Amino acid sequence: MTTSGGSLPLPEGLQGFVADWSSDQRAFKGVPWGKAMMWIFLLSDTFIFSSFLIAYMWVRMSTTEPWPNPSEVFALTLWGKKIPLILIAIMTFVLISSSGTMAMAVKFGYEKNKKMTFILLLITAALGATFVGMQAFEWTKLIEEGVRPWGNPMGAAQFGAAFFMITGFHGTHVSIGVIFLIIVAIKVLRGDLDHERPGFLTGRKGNYEIVETMGLYWHFVDLVWVFIFAFFYLW
Amino acid sequence: MAHAQGQQHPIGIYLKIWGLLFVLSTASYLVDYFHFQGYLRWSLIVLFMLLKAGLIVAVFMHMIWERLALVYAILVPPLLLMVLLGIGTLDGDYTFLTRNVFFGATQHAPAQHAPAQHR
Repeated sequence: MTTSGGSLPLPEGLQGFVADWSSDQRAFKGVPWGKAMMWIFLLSDTFIFSSFLIAYMWVRMSTTEPWPNPSEVFALTLWGKKIPLILIAIMTFVLISSSGTMAMAVKFGYEKNKKMTFILLLITAALGATFVGMQAFEWTKLIEEGVRPWGNPMGAAQFGAAFFMITGFHGTHVSIGVIFLIIVAIKVLRGDLDHERPGFLTGRKGNYEIVETMGLYWHFVDLVWVFIFAFFYLW
Repeated sequence: MAHAQGQQHPIGIYLKIWGLLFVLSTASYLVDYFHFQGYLRWSLIVLFMLLKAGLIVAVFMHMIWERLALVYAILVPPLLLMVLLGIGTLDGDYTFLTRNVFFGATQHAPAQHAPAQHR
């Protein structure tokens, strides 16, 4: 109740950018701190994944062995027909769908629609778990075919190292996201966010902004997959 | 309530972006399915990738509705990665060259003395 009175409207555009960054106390106006911190974490994660992808580019450029053709390596035989990259395509659609349900969960969260938020978060978690399951299947298949971080029967030895490192790191992010989603879903269902009940870790009051913060993480995982799909699987 | 100005947008925009992402993903899959090669392949892959990434960041992550102070703080620093990308390209090329020269030379060990027609 002790907000600092009727303040002037914040300037917009480039002027707003300068005003925000030169202002006192906080640069990110009108943004919950948790969300700003999540964005900064995601920025650091961007650098991690980019380093992986650039390292992958380097080994692929510098190897004198032929690089295994991902289109063939990741092909599956379905109904007696060999379809290139089909599992990866399905995984892409699953992850994009989970991003769609997540975005809607955030919307219903701000409307304080507990039931819809819970259901959508649960669907998002289920799609994420499906993605991890398909990735486990893909890893199993490749390991059975003799792909190892130090070599493989198809060509350049670096293929396995890049594959396991990049998809493994991404899969870990998805798995953590699924756990994170289930925790937020339970908080929503219990009404922790409606009643501003403090969380077990930080003790801060619950509110529906955490659904948006969770959403940022989840969309980021989808975003990283867009780049992995393009550079690792399609290139 | 304390933060009434949260990111609230009509559900239609999310569904439209979802649909667009499906279309773009299908398009990038078809690039592989139809075996496009060379610059056509790479430019299409990068185009679809950037469009998808842009839509996710702009709409799903609400970037178009954020204040510029946050947008610039998050989107400008990754541009530094262009430097790493440049270094990686130069060095990758150079390493490939040296590997070809030296490993190639050991396979044809007496190359210095062998007459040209043996190659």
